Amino acid sequence: MNGAKILLECLIEQGVDTIFGYPGGTILNVYDELYSYGDRLRHILTAHEQGACHAADGYARSTGKVGVCFATSGPGATNLVTGIATACLDSSPIVCITCNVAVDLIGKDSFQEVDITGVTMPITKSNFLVRKVENLADTVREAFAVARSGRPGPVLIDIAKNVTAQQADFTPLPQREHAAYGRLHDLMKRYDFKPPEPDMDDIRTLAAMIRESEKPLVICGGGVVRARADAELTAFVHRIDAPTAVTVMGAGGIRGRDSLTTGMIGMHGSQASNIAVDHCDLLIAIGCRFSDRVALKPATFAKQAKIVQIDIDRAEINKNVETAHHIVGDAKQVLDLLTPLVPQLSHEAWKAEVFSHPTETHYDERPGCLTPGQVLNCIARLCPQDTIVSTDVGQHQMWAIQHFHFDYPGQLLTSGGFGTMGFGLGAAIGAQVSHPDKCVVHVTGDGGFRMNCNELATEQYYNLPIITVVFNNHTLGMVRQWQTLIYQQHYSQTTLDRGPDFVKLAEAYGLDGYRATDEASFEQALRTALERHRGTVIDCAIDMDEMVRPMVGGGSHITDFMIH
Amino acid sequence: MNTTARHTLAVLVDNEAGVLSRVARLFSGKGYNIESLAVGTTDDPSVSRITIEVLADDKQINLLSNQLRKLICVHSVKALRPEHAIRRELVLIKVLAEDSVQRNEIIQVANIFRASIIDVSKSSLTLALIGDESKAEAIQNLLTEFGILELVRTGMVALERGQYTIDEQTKEKGEFDYGKNVL
Repeated sequence: MNGAKILLECLIEQGVDTIFGYPGGTILNVYDELYSYGDRLRHILTAHEQGACHAADGYARSTGKVGVCFATSGPGATNLVTGIATACLDSSPIVCITCNVAVDLIGKDSFQEVDITGVTMPITKSNFLVRKVENLADTVREAFAVARSGRPGPVLIDIAKNVTAQQADFTPLPQREHAAYGRLHDLMKRYDFKPPEPDMDDIRTLAAMIRESEKPLVICGGGVVRARADAELTAFVHRIDAPTAVTVMGAGGIRGRDSLTTGMIGMHGSQASNIAVDHCDLLIAIGCRFSDRVALKPATFAKQAKIVQIDIDRAEINKNVETAHHIVGDAKQVLDLLTPLVPQLSHEAWKAEVFSHPTETHYDERPGCLTPGQVLNCIARLCPQDTIVSTDVGQHQMWAIQHFHFDYPGQLLTSGGFGTMGFGLGAAIGAQVSHPDKCVVHVTGDGGFRMNCNELATEQYYNLPIITVVFNNHTLGMVRQWQTLIYQQHYSQTTLDRGPDFVKLAEAYGLDGYRATDEASFEQALRTALERHRGTVIDCAIDMDEMVRPMVGGGSHITDFMIH
Repeated sequence: MNTTARHTLAVLVDNEAGVLSRVARLFSGKGYNIESLAVGTTDDPSVSRITIEVLADDKQINLLSNQLRKLICVHSVKALRPEHAIRRELVLIKVLAEDSVQRNEIIQVANIFRASIIDVSKSSLTLALIGDESKAEAIQNLLTEFGILELVRTGMVALERGQYTIDEQTKEKGEFDYGKNVL
């Protein structure tokens, strides 16, 4: 069979059911084969390759499976780059398949040629250029294994156009047998595709540290979400009776209303979380890399505590913060081994101290405007509890994470590491496609929404009932907040006093649009959207000077709040 | 302990296109300048060995090694401590030698350093020298007065002393090492 068919057969082997993509000249052979695969592979045509990449990412984050996207060579491939970097920084498993010009045209600056493997080298776990059809099946199998194993991440396969037309033998293999053959077999000699077996001595050491501790604190990071270790984490923190702070990526790693959660930690962390970090004597960080938005000032971070890091990626150990002890392993596996080794503990005095500080922020009502709290609380009240929430980046993102109580891994889709504005709608499409029965709410700002609102066309065409809630404050709110607090109110290029009218925009795309200026009108709009079960945009008037509180400045000590 | 020094990293990699750029960009991406670089195949033609010298402290070397181990093209990484390693590089130096007096003086210098004369012309001599950087620096200082026309170095290559090899590396249970690499 030809290379294009081999590619599609390999995707089916991997259990792929949905592909997000955009066709073009060099990938035509693949799309030609896809024409007859409609019953087995669902292709979602997006408005832009970036949207396809974010959708594959949203699919991966919400299902835990590998997301797949297609793009053509040149601009098609480079349009994926922001999406790939977003997936890379948040360890989301996606496989991007691009086709390049034919082998004899590579290197000649041919039409729509780009060295995409060179471009994406720093933002993929691995990438491949397939020049021979005999290597195609092997490469696809390796790519999926790499994307999903260990610390997950994006992988890109670039296939020369002539390869997709060439004929080769193809023997289908069940996925579990892939490691026994070809490149994967060779690679398995050097790499484990299973999570590393945690060292029992290291785990016993941590158990002893926990018994000695009087003020333990746990940080739930993105690793808990990726490992789907929410049940294990909950059992563990209740066993050792430790308050638990949650990072942006860790949201959903423990139930949002669990009695032990102290809320978000870091730059916009709750006072309870940040003060607990400062006062604890043992800090157990699980699947957390102590980014500069969490640790803020590594030298004074948790200075009274012994820091213990549990991470699947040993390159993360001691990278940003110096630790006293560490365990290399998968969060689920480590917690399963660790919890039975510690007795049921009780830390009433310590908990009383931590929970004497607020775990949430309350925003005052403002006449004539909706407050972030009103919007988000209304969504939480009216939408089903398992609603998937995707966000863009900025104030609305922080507000959403502060107000929603995420209950399970994959419920929040947000670009935490890379901070990609315009991520939300694509991610919501990926989540809605893979979870047709769930309610998907896309929370965005007017700045971020304007970046990639072209995907409303995709939402409409595939009848996706995504509810987009635009926090419209006519400014790049987070940047304005920094300008207010740090740059003497020089609002340089952040005021968005311009179109479009988001209600008319929604209507132009064939979706429903509503405008909300107070709580009652928002509730009315949201109720209608839920009843009509159609793609909807709700434009919410938010005060321009509303800020995300609390806030600790970048590089400052974690309890030096600029605003409370 | 955490003082910046010149460290030698030996890295075994797939002998494939693009591998060198993957390894090199990891250093530039993390903000390190490569002081010296040498690449060549090993006794196994499918495997190349890259020797990299970089200015860093012990902690940074540990982090860099761990990052390198995450690259799929990397088979093994070993930080070679200077006291446990033999390091050599080949230096070719073309020196101005316009008369026999100068030529003889240069030949004397070459003999002291056990450098060999590999090319002679009417007005120049070319020397080949094997050694570490102190030897190269010393001969360079002496030859400067004659006038160095051109100088080229291969970059440092290094092996561990004694019977240990780079493949033994994973067995030496270090701080981070248990089991095979995990992606």
